[in-house]
Amino acid sequence: MTIDMLGKRVKRVEDQRLITGKGRYVDDIKLQSMVYCAILRSPYAHANIRSIDTSVARGMPGVLDVMIGADIPYNPLPMAWPAGGSAGLQNNVNMPRALATDSVKWTGEGVAAVIAETPEQAFDALEGIAVDWEPLPTVVDAEKATEPGAPQLHENAPNNIVFDWTVGDKAGAAAAIDGAEVVVRQRVVNQRLIPNPMEVRGDIGWYNPGTDEYTIWMSSQTPHIQRILLAIFVMGIPEHKLRCISPDVGGAFGTKIFCYADYVVVLHASKRLGGRPVKWIESRRENYQSTIHGRDHITYLEIAGSRDGEVSAIRVKTFANLGGRLSTIGPGIPTTLYARVLSGCYKIPNVFAEVVGVYTNTVFVDAYRGAGRPEATYVVERAMDLFAGEIGMDPAELRRRNFIAPDKFPYENPSGLGTASGGAKIYIDSGNYEPAMDKALKMAGYADMAKAKSEARTRGKYLGVGLSSYLEVCGVAPSKWIGAVGEGWGAAMWESANIKVHLTGKTVVTVGTQPQGQGHETTYAQIVGHELGIPMEDIVVQHSDTQGTPFGYGSYGSRTSSVGSTAAIKAAGKIREKARRYAAHMLEASVEDIEVEGAEYRVKGSPDKKKTFQEIAFALDLAFDAPEGMEPYLDETAYYDTPNCTWPFGTHVAIVEIDEATGHVDLVRYVAVDDVGNKINPMIVDGQLHGGIAQGVGQALWEGAVYADDGQLLSGSMLDYAVPRAAWFPHLELDETVTPSPVNPIGVKGVGEAGAIASTAAVANAVNDALKPFGIRHLDMPLTPQKVWHAMQSSKGAQA
Amino acid sequence: MDAHISLTVNGKPREADVEPRRMLVQLLREDFDLTGTHIGCDTSQCGACTVTVDGRAVKSCTMLAVQADGGTVTTIEGMATEAGLHPLQAAFWEHHGLQCGFCTPGMIMAAADLLSRTTEPTDEQIRHAIEGNFCRCTGYQNIVIAIRAAAKVMRDGVAAPSTAVQGGM
Repeated sequence: MTIDMLGKRVKRVEDQRLITGKGRYVDDIKLQSMVYCAILRSPYAHANIRSIDTSVARGMPGVLDVMIGADIPYNPLPMAWPAGGSAGLQNNVNMPRALATDSVKWTGEGVAAVIAETPEQAFDALEGIAVDWEPLPTVVDAEKATEPGAPQLHENAPNNIVFDWTVGDKAGAAAAIDGAEVVVRQRVVNQRLIPNPMEVRGDIGWYNPGTDEYTIWMSSQTPHIQRILLAIFVMGIPEHKLRCISPDVGGAFGTKIFCYADYVVVLHASKRLGGRPVKWIESRRENYQSTIHGRDHITYLEIAGSRDGEVSAIRVKTFANLGGRLSTIGPGIPTTLYARVLSGCYKIPNVFAEVVGVYTNTVFVDAYRGAGRPEATYVVERAMDLFAGEIGMDPAELRRRNFIAPDKFPYENPSGLGTASGGAKIYIDSGNYEPAMDKALKMAGYADMAKAKSEARTRGKYLGVGLSSYLEVCGVAPSKWIGAVGEGWGAAMWESANIKVHLTGKTVVTVGTQPQGQGHETTYAQIVGHELGIPMEDIVVQHSDTQGTPFGYGSYGSRTSSVGSTAAIKAAGKIREKARRYAAHMLEASVEDIEVEGAEYRVKGSPDKKKTFQEIAFALDLAFDAPEGMEPYLDETAYYDTPNCTWPFGTHVAIVEIDEATGHVDLVRYVAVDDVGNKINPMIVDGQLHGGIAQGVGQALWEGAVYADDGQLLSGSMLDYAVPRAAWFPHLELDETVTPSPVNPIGVKGVGEAGAIASTAAVANAVNDALKPFGIRHLDMPLTPQKVWHAMQSSKGAQA
Repeated sequence: MDAHISLTVNGKPREADVEPRRMLVQLLREDFDLTGTHIGCDTSQCGACTVTVDGRAVKSCTMLAVQADGGTVTTIEGMATEAGLHPLQAAFWEHHGLQCGFCTPGMIMAAADLLSRTTEPTDEQIRHAIEGNFCRCTGYQNIVIAIRAAAKVMRDGVAAPSTAVQGGM
């Protein structure tokens, strides 16, 4: 009897190659006659290009080709998600080209490419390219960029505004705020981050002159989408003549979703060379200037309610920095994915948000782990703490009073996605917020915090405790929402799976999703093993090659467990049904009389009359005796369009100690109680939470992409950007509540981003709590020792 | 002007003619096809390139190939033996100490260095020993657990009970 692995802590299948150094990341791939590409990047944040002279570079050792923008005759990169979808909201779009032609809008924008026999020769030849620059004034702050007199980046974007998007009930929110007993206002900054997956991006472009076909290896989260975007929208080549392959991907966190300029450069370079493969791998410093950044919001928040703690309204105006030109879905992140969950897990009845997307002379901004939901959680959770402080109520008590009650689901949140096209209800699927918070408070010893604070003072420390009760929306996305006019990106976001069962019952599952560390080769096998009653050793999961996998939308937005899994379950269901019909044929019974238990297909009431799945597969794959109307082989494909998103939630509690003398913030304890529904593999779920929490803590305490006013990226390498280290974290304490999602058969909600969504606010709230004795109301992140120390000293001076 | 170097890599004698500016990591990845050692940064912070040279952990992106002349280099590819996986490799697998796997070879080599000097490290010692190895996926939690577990196996040959199950290969 095969053991059912669904729900178990199964060791990962992919680890065997990764722990022995036999993984295959894009830079590990060597092809015959492969050559190397180096890209010349602008040292200026804003400049016109008067001319480019590549003559010296062309003559340097090993150089095979030098390209500038005019040599690459394709369209600019596509805009796939303007804010407000296709509802007619004005978006002033400016997209990058493969190489910039007339001007550059950020330090690092590529203007020329050298192709040479070795990487060193390519790099050396960059020195041989002379660019005549005309430097222009720069602006890097999103709010300042909209003010009169700011340098203008694009003619079609007055005041550097990309869009001005609103959501929610403007009049209702205004009335609630005007009539409220208590209104708290605060400016909060969600600082720009550099995601820093451990593997930077890279690609190998290969043109086959024999077949006029292209292949590109790319460290990407979305090979199928890139095939469409590159072939149809950018290059105008037949889309069946482009194959996209993602080998092992060394982390991504959103950065590898998008359509990047270098894809076009390597593909075109290979064609110009008559078919030599062209490899481009960015350096880490280059990653900081050519791969997307995250977050970068400036928000004016208002939270209003009664003095006894009933929150009636939340209203925000957010300036969202989108960079010098737009990234593929940049506008969608600070609009739909941010403002539509602004009321969090609370029953706040009035919500209104205005989001202004802005151009500045910085790297483009797009989805980074959480994509809008960390920004929303930070706003609402800081707001709740500020409101609690204003009315003198315990922050946990304020949350408790305002949670959506468990009997109110499915719940339509104001400013939410609501009722989408065709009447599809994109409501919060299920929730039970209070037990998760109570569990977290108990684990953290919340009741004893006053005592803990006093004790810490005797050691010269200021102790603070911070909560983050979060709601997130993931498992993207139902077509009725994302494809809808007025909201989404005019395409869909279903998922696919093909299952082929071979002669001996060995099964190959191919899927349209794309792992970057989430363990899909294991989790899909757990699911299909469960569905078909076969051992995991008999299942192989293949992904990431557009040749050989059904079209799918890739992995991001914590969607694979909800949407991808269900496609696999549907495909398995088709396999099982056909096997059942063939079993009936083999056993000379009617189909209705065949019952299935695991891998056994037997006649009801005659337990001896049975066939195993493997016997059925053998016979059906040979099919010399198939019944009328049945085709040979066990090979089924399913596509699944989810009816709703999924909505994980939970409460995290952070406890920090601030050193009085140095301002250093020590994260002494971190407690997380998360409800992600049912779990396919609890070990993998915990791992996702650990990693997400670490990234969110990183934002609160250490990380930040810093630009000088002239657009130079000061945090330009790992010397200056604070990627968090092992010694900075405590052991994270995790627990769970389980509220299954009604949206998919397994009942999962997804977990890839939840940790990052919750944690930033918990730690920020903790530090701000610790600083209360200094009369400090709000300190922006990152809460570095320097910043904290200065704040403590300034307040002492003020109080002196 | 190339320099001729001879060294031992994963127990095998190797030779190469290298430019003086060539880094050890390039020698390993490009000349010897040992691509398990990874390049994650350009400023010696990240540790993905960690190997051991003469028994000590070294960031191979910051060592010239010519400096390894006459030396004994071990990479991730040299950790398993005919008897099976190294206890560190087995522990990383057992305890989900990796997700994308990119930092993993360097992390294991740094841990090997620690455990060659400290047979029963505290969690604090483990976290300090891997401060020069960045991981963006795991939050370091299961890496610390894995190293602790491997230390126990290396000390007394018996693994602690684990909650993970083998699904299949």
